[in-house]
Amino acid sequence: MLWYIGRRLLQLIPVFFGATLLIYLMVFAMPGDPIAALYGDRPPAPEVIEQIRQQYNLDKPVIVQYVLWLGGLFTGDLGTTYSGRPVAEELARAFPITARLAVLALLFESVVGIAVGLVAGLRKGKVFDTAALVISLLLISIPTFVIGFVLQYLLGIKWGITRTTVSPEAPWGELIVPAIVLASVSFANILRLTRASVAENMGADFVRTATAKGLKRGRVIRVHILRNSLIPVVTYLGTDLGSLMVGAVVTEGIFNIAGVGGTVYQAVVKGEGPTVVAFVAVMVIIFMLANLLVDLLYAVLDPRIRYAK
Amino acid sequence: MPSNRNIERYVAPFEETPVAAVDAVNTSQKASSVWGDAWKDMRGRWLTWVCLALIVVIAFVAIFPDLLAPSSLKSCRILNSVEPPEAGHPFGFDVQGCDVYYRVIHGARASVTVGLLATIMATVVGAIIGAVAGYYGGWLDSIVSRLGDIFFAIPSVLGAIVVMTVIPWGRNEVTLALTLAVFGWPQVARIMRGAVLTAKNADYVTASIALGVSRGKILLKHVVPNALAPVIVIATVSLGTYIVAEATLSFLGIGLGDSAISWGHDISTAQEAIRTTPMLMVYPSAALAITVLAFLLLGDIVRDALDPKARARR
Amino acid sequence: MKTNRKALAALSIFAAGSLALTACGGGSGDSGKSSESTTSSQGTTTDPNAAATTDIISTNGTEPQNPLIPTNTTEVGGGKITDLVFAGLVSFDAKGAPQLDQAESIEPNADNTVWTVKLKSGLKFSDGTPVTSDSFIKAWNYGAKFSNKQGASYFFENIKGYDAEKDSELTGLKKTSDTEFTVTLNNPESDFKLRIGYTAFVPLPEVAFKDMKAFGESPIGNGPYKLADAKAWTHNAGIELVKSDSYQGARTPKNGGISIKFYTTQDAAYADVQGGNLDVLDQIPSKAFKTFTSDFPDSNVNQSAAIFQSFTIPQYLEHFKPGEEGELRRQAISLAVDRDAITDKIFEGTRAPAKDFTSPVLSGWDTWGKGLAGNDVLSYNADKAKELWAKADAISKYEGTFTIAYNADGDHQTWVTAVANSLSETLGIKAEGKSYPAFKQLLDDENKDAMTGAFRSGWQADYPAAYNFLAPLYQTGAGSNYGRYSNKEVDALLKSGAAAGSAEAAQADYNKAQEILIKELPVVPLWYSNVQSVWNPKLKNVEIGWNSVPLYHEITK
Repeated sequence: MLWYIGRRLLQLIPVFFGATLLIYLMVFAMPGDPIAALYGDRPPAPEVIEQIRQQYNLDKPVIVQYVLWLGGLFTGDLGTTYSGRPVAEELARAFPITARLAVLALLFESVVGIAVGLVAGLRKGKVFDTAALVISLLLISIPTFVIGFVLQYLLGIKWGITRTTVSPEAPWGELIVPAIVLASVSFANILRLTRASVAENMGADFVRTATAKGLKRGRVIRVHILRNSLIPVVTYLGTDLGSLMVGAVVTEGIFNIAGVGGTVYQAVVKGEGPTVVAFVAVMVIIFMLANLLVDLLYAVLDPRIRYAK
Repeated sequence: MPSNRNIERYVAPFEETPVAAVDAVNTSQKASSVWGDAWKDMRGRWLTWVCLALIVVIAFVAIFPDLLAPSSLKSCRILNSVEPPEAGHPFGFDVQGCDVYYRVIHGARASVTVGLLATIMATVVGAIIGAVAGYYGGWLDSIVSRLGDIFFAIPSVLGAIVVMTVIPWGRNEVTLALTLAVFGWPQVARIMRGAVLTAKNADYVTASIALGVSRGKILLKHVVPNALAPVIVIATVSLGTYIVAEATLSFLGIGLGDSAISWGHDISTAQEAIRTTPMLMVYPSAALAITVLAFLLLGDIVRDALDPKARARR
Repeated sequence: MKTNRKALAALSIFAAGSLALTACGGGSGDSGKSSESTTSSQGTTTDPNAAATTDIISTNGTEPQNPLIPTNTTEVGGGKITDLVFAGLVSFDAKGAPQLDQAESIEPNADNTVWTVKLKSGLKFSDGTPVTSDSFIKAWNYGAKFSNKQGASYFFENIKGYDAEKDSELTGLKKTSDTEFTVTLNNPESDFKLRIGYTAFVPLPEVAFKDMKAFGESPIGNGPYKLADAKAWTHNAGIELVKSDSYQGARTPKNGGISIKFYTTQDAAYADVQGGNLDVLDQIPSKAFKTFTSDFPDSNVNQSAAIFQSFTIPQYLEHFKPGEEGELRRQAISLAVDRDAITDKIFEGTRAPAKDFTSPVLSGWDTWGKGLAGNDVLSYNADKAKELWAKADAISKYEGTFTIAYNADGDHQTWVTAVANSLSETLGIKAEGKSYPAFKQLLDDENKDAMTGAFRSGWQADYPAAYNFLAPLYQTGAGSNYGRYSNKEVDALLKSGAAAGSAEAAQADYNKAQEILIKELPVVPLWYSNVQSVWNPKLKNVEIGWNSVPLYHEITK
């Protein structure tokens, strides 16, 4: 087991270099001069632009830029944004907020999604199941923006229960509504996944055996049905981190959260290479750790899966 | 005293059921297969036919929109902006003064094409890669999984801009579907891999190995059909999200051209008027919901049909 | 309009007002109404000149793109802050009329080439150090110096000694005494007094030159407000400003401070005003165009602003090149855009159909702008449009699709679609919008003359003078002349206007230039943008300046 974890952690290294190089190439492949665009329709002298390009190493070939960036990385320098601020500061600002938001969203979609999916699966074809189907259809068909807008209007403006936007410190309490909005589509996915797995496992031999040997229904559901149904759900949760962190642009916009999604989006549109690369590098690491956790959970959920070597 | 008891002697009629007949296999009939059984099961359910009917209707609308909404409705006059429904214009007009009914009907083609193509590409590629990675494990699994990690972390805006810029031929439904699929397959692959990891330890797989069935055959005949359920679920939900994602890409300037008509586009422009004329959003959203519903139910039916235990319970 | 992103759509400038502008009348009927509503809502309680309160007014903003160095601040986010923290020689009242701020007098010589500036005595920065001639001379030299890479350096280009390609000294700046200096210009400039109202022309304290980068994080100025403390600026969240007691000038604050909160979307800021978390919002999201007057019945304004919007048909575009065919087609296109309907239906009256190439906030615009000879080409006329298009087709047949390019990150899609629909409905041609994912891509194609159709364009004035709406856009080789328009007559008229001795003489030249432009249509004028604002009904004295920024120092709670 330890050997397995060690091997997985070692894989971080090549993936880190591969991903950062890939992103560098991608940012480079986007057409347009990011520096000229900083000044809008009113350009300063071309010489000024050229000087700033040199300052950010944009005049050098992409591979040289990448190597320079790597060099900086080893001295703890992640580069600067085009407004001259260290990228490290941006990371330190945006990630804690986004992490809180993502944790709340994950909690919401997994707890409520699994609960509703479980009941829908157990009562397949009944009223509750149909209601769950309608809810998931609504969540899929109505854009996040509208859900966010409606919740913000009702809770924040009309009834005054919550703050309309999240304050800069982004405390947990204020992030609950945004997290629910953010999790809405994933919630539909988890609901459907759980329902399908539960329905399938209802007929499994081990469930029949468990029922036959007189176990209480609650225990059969908890230990035998649910546990065996969670593998696809857990996998999905692992893959969903991206849409919850980098993909939260719309939700962040509605609630004015200065998180990872908006920062990365702005950096991409501006062609701000160092920022994009740094954020993506962190995301890659998060993904690898999350997926490692998921793989380890497999072994917990299904004892037949073993990572012997 | 002669006994009047009737003594019957039970002797099997000789050769009545020859052993050969018991063990006989009807070779003139097709061998039963997972997929054949599934279809046999699906045939018998009314829901299947409802679903298929819905899908046929959607396909008809997508292929022959002009039969339902003639091009006389095509023009957009700004003076008609957000006018309510009137004779000949059952859904009213949008902000630009275009006929909403015309746009909903004509939006089907682009939306369904993008959604279906992207779903099929992402699902097929993801399922194959995920199945292979999960079943064979080892370095193959490592490479595929880490590749997936990288793809997950690439911001989709960046990825989409680059893919759309790099692709040499123009922007059309196929390009767009390809872009979406490029970033969609890793999720399917992970889900498939997880399901395969469970399925490959099942008793019937051990039995097949003992019987000397080749690994490839086991993967195809036993593991994949039993691991497909979550993938089908994800695929059917993704269909909806891809159709909406087309709108997001258009909104970012990397979607279909501005003159293209699609549900996603109309949903995203209707957001601007959400407070004053929310009905503008209802029509394209409803069309999207019906499409997703059809495929969601179909996915459910296919999944049930693939599961012999679920069949037995009915 | 100057920059790329939505939040910065109104990027630009908080500049000067002209002397000639005192009577700024044109097109601001709405503003009259709004000031009425403000006064009525404020009731009779306080005398506006009563002692300043300690109330903090909160308002929207965006994270500055650069450290807060005035000569490197060319976008709204930073401009809003530097404008409050620093004070220049002149500042502007609500109508855009210039008022002497730090200067006691600014006088030109006979041909407008040498300007003598006298400072008020006893001026101080908020750290207590004096504001002297040197504070101005050193700051301007810093801003103009090539190797300092300042974004607003071109503002100094008319001062003698300026060099855009290498380091040089502004030899035109001469200190006479601690409170007096002279400015010598390369070319006569009657608008110079307006130009120096721009924030790039403010003084800097001695401490700034020791470490400009650190200074930009926590600037010390001579303006009506100062940063609350060294950590007042929380990046991506907001900045806290408090009243500065050392300020002596025309903008004495009537409140205790301004708290600027940064937003990434206008939608969120609007929701915050509705929810009572924000006092003043100076831009309305397009979703609220229809509802903002009912959401804030007594605390809103919708008034003219110095923003002109258009789309440019580049001179190099096939079928639209200089000559008879191009001219016919440009006129046909312009006649085919139903500006009245679009400003009404799409913009809900937050834009006004264009009548010329400038803006209704300019002085005298009602006569020379609204009545510009030949501007009937800007009124919708389907028959004439078709007729002219057919005439052009007789010269050379037009095939293909007419596109209007725009950047997707700037909220343009709706109006571009409406204009394209108007064109295809009227002319029977294929017309559609063409979106670029990022502004930098659009700019790149514009710079390379690689546009394959028309593209959106616009301008927000640096200072409210006709010259500023024309020269940077239509002069041969001008920086923002992306259509590559060139007409010797227009060039000559602009030049003579700039050097003219009187405002009337200058305007006469600009009118003649506009008459040529309206015939040749290097850009197709669309509409003038208004500025909208909503605020908490409890506030009093909310007024929006000509440059679309509220006069924050006037606001009381």
